[in-house]
Amino acid sequence: MSAARERLSFLFTSTKGLILVAIAMIALETAFFGFLSGPMEEFGVRSFMVRNLGLDLLPQEREGRIIILYHTIAMAVVAIQAYMITGLVPMKRSQQVVVNAAITVGYLTSQVFGLWFAYFGHNYVFHGLFIFGQSLVFFAGVALAYALWPWRAEYRTAETDRARTRGGLDLERVAFFTMAVAMLGSALFGAVPGSLFGNGFETFLAEDVVRNPVKTPLQLAVIGHLHIMLALIAVAMTLILSRWFDFRGRLHKWAMPLIIAGTLIITFGVWAVVPFEAIAHIIINVGSFPVLVGSWLLVWFGWRKITRERLAAQDLTRPSARQRLAALLHDPLRFGTLWQMVYMNFVVTALGIFMAIQLDEIIRQWPWREERVTLTGHWHVLAGIIATIILLYYADLAGLKGRARQWFGWVVIVASNLAFGAVAVFETKRLFVSEAAQQTLVDYAILLTDIGLATVLVALAALMLWRLADLLKRRGRWRAELEEARRRGQNEQEVLP
Amino acid sequence: MKLLVCLLAVVLLAACGAAPMSAPPAAIETGIDPASWVRIAAGPYSSGPQGQAARLDHDYEIMVTDVTNAQYAAYLDAALAAGTVKLVDGDVVGYYPGDAYRGHKHEERIDPGDYLHVPGNTVELRLIFDGARFAAMPGYEDHPMVMVTWFGARAFCEAQGGRLPTQAEWEKAARGNDGRAYPWGNELARNQANYYNSQDIFEKVFGKGGDTTPVGYYNGKSYGAYRTLDGASPYGLYDMAGNVWQWTNDVTEGIHYRFMRGGSKADYGYMLRSWSSNNAGPEYAGPSVGFRCARDAQ
Repeated sequence: MSAARERLSFLFTSTKGLILVAIAMIALETAFFGFLSGPMEEFGVRSFMVRNLGLDLLPQEREGRIIILYHTIAMAVVAIQAYMITGLVPMKRSQQVVVNAAITVGYLTSQVFGLWFAYFGHNYVFHGLFIFGQSLVFFAGVALAYALWPWRAEYRTAETDRARTRGGLDLERVAFFTMAVAMLGSALFGAVPGSLFGNGFETFLAEDVVRNPVKTPLQLAVIGHLHIMLALIAVAMTLILSRWFDFRGRLHKWAMPLIIAGTLIITFGVWAVVPFEAIAHIIINVGSFPVLVGSWLLVWFGWRKITRERLAAQDLTRPSARQRLAALLHDPLRFGTLWQMVYMNFVVTALGIFMAIQLDEIIRQWPWREERVTLTGHWHVLAGIIATIILLYYADLAGLKGRARQWFGWVVIVASNLAFGAVAVFETKRLFVSEAAQQTLVDYAILLTDIGLATVLVALAALMLWRLADLLKRRGRWRAELEEARRRGQNEQEVLP
Repeated sequence: MKLLVCLLAVVLLAACGAAPMSAPPAAIETGIDPASWVRIAAGPYSSGPQGQAARLDHDYEIMVTDVTNAQYAAYLDAALAAGTVKLVDGDVVGYYPGDAYRGHKHEERIDPGDYLHVPGNTVELRLIFDGARFAAMPGYEDHPMVMVTWFGARAFCEAQGGRLPTQAEWEKAARGNDGRAYPWGNELARNQANYYNSQDIFEKVFGKGGDTTPVGYYNGKSYGAYRTLDGASPYGLYDMAGNVWQWTNDVTEGIHYRFMRGGSKADYGYMLRSWSSNNAGPEYAGPSVGFRCARDAQ
């Protein structure tokens, strides 16, 4: 009994355990619901599952199911980011406990009961629990924003090589705080129309109304909500990596104000989409640029740091270009998190800018269905890249070392880049192939996407199985991680980490 | 790792290969008459995914199937002879009186003038022109007419004394008033409609995107070893889900796009739900877009 309690303590009180549980839950959800679409549907697996598992998949409710599915995954992702933030950013132990406890109960409740409601018949108590779980996640967000409040004296910084005001205000903490508050407001931005679903406001997917000349304020709010939440999750991940890489120096002093300003402007632009739809996009574009530059500065700093540290460890004082490159690439987990951010610029940002510039001249000359493919491909890739960054970072937290670290890191990078590149080709195929001649390209693009994604999922499964096997050991890695967490959390008032 | 890279290289190179060759399909007798119409009485119908109660206050008639290549070829010959359409660089064009322009964002002007009806120089077109007369490609006579713009579809229907159905007329004809998702109910079987990877006999030749099937193909009949389920709507219309998107008549204020309904051979099953729609500019012509006509009740 004590052994089980100890393990549960690891899984639900330590940062690493909490992240492990959330990733495992997402992995299970992805694996299970992956059987209902894509190649698994084509192989007839979906029909088998519907017949044998009592799934209730009315075609009239497809959009509602998808929205609940997205939200359950998003809640778990936000929870992972919250765990990372409470583990990386200084705050009181009690605050860390409140945030982690509330968000854990919240995302698990919404995930279990939301999916049950969506896919296994409509028990409205479960729907209520789905909403309750999300409310708990929101409450955890409020607690996190409070804990991150940057104007407390104890969080002033004297480090002169980090972005700070003359008064010692830590601008990185301000960036975290800004992101958290923006996320809370943006969650409400979606909650308002969400609360009216079924009360005269019909469920819809944003890509389905993109050509409607007149969108209702509630529709605009939903569209704004999904865009800003994903953008803020990306900002949060950038800041988490910033802490992980111990970002500092001149570049840090440039990056943090840019990220803060960009986050505020993007958020304001998205919120403005309801009253000022005509100019909202301009505001959002203005805000996106500084955030993008801030992320490039982090990449620059991080890659230089990785290279420098490796060369120092090898005692190479006058390295050749090849040695520098080898040093940069020697650790796929650290290199990969930043590379994925760079790759995002090719398959998401550049394509998005192209689509925006050529919207009327090219994209809107296609049937809506073709435009829809570009939109859904676009944001799926963005969400997928963020997921791989989380995965690479977690693999480091989990203590992956040696050849396993190399294999895991490179497999995730190569396979995900292959998949996302193939999706980018698929979503823009009409630029270079007609509908009648597309089948071969479509078949191979989908094949490469499936190979890439399946490979990432296999790597993820291997990581999860490794940690599961470790959990079964009496004195596995989990115990050391639990003891470390306990050591750090002994003093209730201690500022962590 | 090297093995993985080599495998990927092989797959990428293979993707550069040619598309499957088009070959004329064997003529198939479905037993459904493409020239038949059905009368639909005024009354209630289900609208949208929630199946909201809506109502049409007029009786109307609508074609039982999509317009076929043979029908359109015959129309073109007559229209060319009558001078209502003309050939310009191999394309069929005709006059349209234009739409009101309101200057909305993304709205394009549709001024009075000649517009494309059928692009002539395209491999996707299932018509042939010998310099004097149009004809359907052998084997494609009873397949739905594709590569026809909204202007071309509208002109055909007007020549028959009709018009394109409105979206409301189309949806009522497709699903009646019991809230069903597809013309026949709530379940979509692979042998009940022509959609992406529905594994019909044409997909074996042309790949997952398949090809059009003859109109009325999914009527419960067996074609050799391939048995279809009846895909008729409550009013007895065929191909109201899948095969080709169907242009509708609506001109919406502030946008130049025209709407299509029904999903197509190139779409996943969920696009075949009766309330799903697609849209494109009125000069768009595609290999998965066709139409059928409606007319006021005689």
